[in-house]
Amino acid sequence: MTEQAAAIKVRGLHRRFQLGDQTVHALNNINLDIAQGEYISVMGPSGSGKSTLLNALGLLDIPDEGEYWLAGQNTVPMSEEERAGYRRDHIGFVFQSYHLVPRLSARENMELPMVLAGIPPAERRKRLAPIISRLGLDERADHKPVQLSGGQRQRVSIGRAIIMQAPLLLADEPTGNLDTHSGADVVDLLEELNAQGMTLIVVTHDMALGQRARRRIRMVDGAIVSDDRSVISVDATPEGNIDKNTGTQPDSIPSQEPRS
Amino acid sequence: MIRPQDHLLFTWRAISRQRFRTTMQLLAMAIGVLAVVLLTGIGEGGRRFVMAEFASLGNDVLIMLPGRKETTGGLPPLTGEGTRDITLEDAHSLQRISGVQRIAPLVVGTSLLGSGGLSRDSLVMGTTSEFFALRHLTFSQGQAFVTREGSRSRAECVLGATLRDDLFGPKRALGQWINVDDYRCRVSGVLADSGTGFGFDMSGALMLPIDNAMQLFNTEGLFRVMIQVEQPDQLASLTSTIEQHMTIRHDGQLDITLLTPDSLLNTFNSVLLMMTFAVAGIAAISLLVAGVLIMNMTLIGVAQRRAEIGLLKALGASAHQVRLLFISEATLLAASGALLGMAVAELLLWFLRSQFPEVPFATPLWASASALGLSALSGIFFSWLPSHKAAQLPPVLALQGKK
Repeated sequence: MTEQAAAIKVRGLHRRFQLGDQTVHALNNINLDIAQGEYISVMGPSGSGKSTLLNALGLLDIPDEGEYWLAGQNTVPMSEEERAGYRRDHIGFVFQSYHLVPRLSARENMELPMVLAGIPPAERRKRLAPIISRLGLDERADHKPVQLSGGQRQRVSIGRAIIMQAPLLLADEPTGNLDTHSGADVVDLLEELNAQGMTLIVVTHDMALGQRARRRIRMVDGAIVSDDRSVISVDATPEGNIDKNTGTQPDSIPSQEPRS
Repeated sequence: MIRPQDHLLFTWRAISRQRFRTTMQLLAMAIGVLAVVLLTGIGEGGRRFVMAEFASLGNDVLIMLPGRKETTGGLPPLTGEGTRDITLEDAHSLQRISGVQRIAPLVVGTSLLGSGGLSRDSLVMGTTSEFFALRHLTFSQGQAFVTREGSRSRAECVLGATLRDDLFGPKRALGQWINVDDYRCRVSGVLADSGTGFGFDMSGALMLPIDNAMQLFNTEGLFRVMIQVEQPDQLASLTSTIEQHMTIRHDGQLDITLLTPDSLLNTFNSVLLMMTFAVAGIAAISLLVAGVLIMNMTLIGVAQRRAEIGLLKALGASAHQVRLLFISEATLLAASGALLGMAVAELLLWFLRSQFPEVPFATPLWASASALGLSALSGIFFSWLPSHKAAQLPPVLALQGKK
């Protein structure tokens, strides 16, 4: 059936949302083949369906139509319970807003997928130790998320995403809430994991981050409009190319003083 | 599958590390149970107290009073306005009916007592020596006076415990003379403190031989005749026998009323049961209010954690696992809250019992059980409902915290 384990094959995928009396076609006939170990960015304007695609690939959302083959099985007709097992064993998530459980320490958050999988504590400790030191969280491992910086929180969530050794890593705007420096840190970490063989799919608004991927998918109105594998030269900064201040001159804005 | 000890640990962390939410839910639960258990406990205590007062009369005692009154509907005629007197001879004649164990005729009045310069108004009861056995009264000093049918009694009297203290204080009472209006009697015995019973405070009363008392009050008619039967199950047949007997003695007219302990108890019991139900009604309303409070707390608590439910599912927890986690958390919270409320209520009832030992404050089992059950169920159900709904959703919706 499939050439390689954990390879992704998407055929004729559709997802529609009902917004009032309007039907939004968030995914419109998506066809996609992804080999193990690829580094892909998905870009596009707001509402282009890139997050919907990521959710569908992550089995967080159920497509209305089509096939999605993951690790040799079509996941669309699966039951919710089967999908849960698939998410646990095959997919790691990194969210823009981290989604850490606030009452659990960094260590406990990273441990959570293993707890849910029923892995005994000794094994959990064995797997956690190298990941914690690799993420540079040795001293912060027993802190709660509120005591961590944004970059540290995102590293905890990456630790959680890779703890089950899932072959597919999905990141939705992983640097969206971070400053330039922490963002670059997180990107380095993700790329390092990709270099070790994990498939990495990143959804982002950030042109610079998107350009770093070896394969760049562009979406507009729920459809893939370009799938670019050409090698391009990247200037090394992942962020900060867009000048958001263009066109605003401070002294041209009249001060709004209330008239007496 | 998640290991049981990890499941417990996760639940424990959810409870112990969200102190505010946990405290509020425990409080809601505890107050609900507390209100029900405490209120019904007090109501039931009052009911049992009055019941016990009547039961002290014994279930084998009939009370005969002059005049004909119906005992069904309304309170029994405790004031007794007779058309024709029940005489002492009438009373003694009852003794000869088979099945009657003992009788105690009663006259009651108020007189000025005096002894050694001290004087006070007091309840005076005239009766026979049988009365003390019939009412299970015991003596702390001395003994009962002796009465014999047809023969004149000696001028003796028995004092209640309180009255003895009022009249004699620390001095010796036995053998002393007491003036009762213009009659004099010697104290032959002092009653042990037996509290109150059937409307008379025995400890404040002076008891005289029946013939002396009738002379003192200048009356031929008896206030009451208490009739103790040999077998309690003969009460019904004896009642009609006694009624026939009295009808013959009173020229074919039935002008006495016989009160059975059952008829008395039933009348009062239904009144008191109504009181218990009224209290239970108040408790039910407080339970309802507490239930709404519990519902809101749990609904808010779980709704705030929709994102967590989505996350757990994204990390590979099945809907079943998520439901199980939330239900065990709710169960633990509800059970400990309910037990806490129960413990506090029982503690308060215990305190009340120690303050008022004569009233048996105790919550009926049905009230405790329904309070526990209802609050626990509402806590669990209203936690299960939103978590079940969130667990059914695709994780992406729950993660976004949408409905």
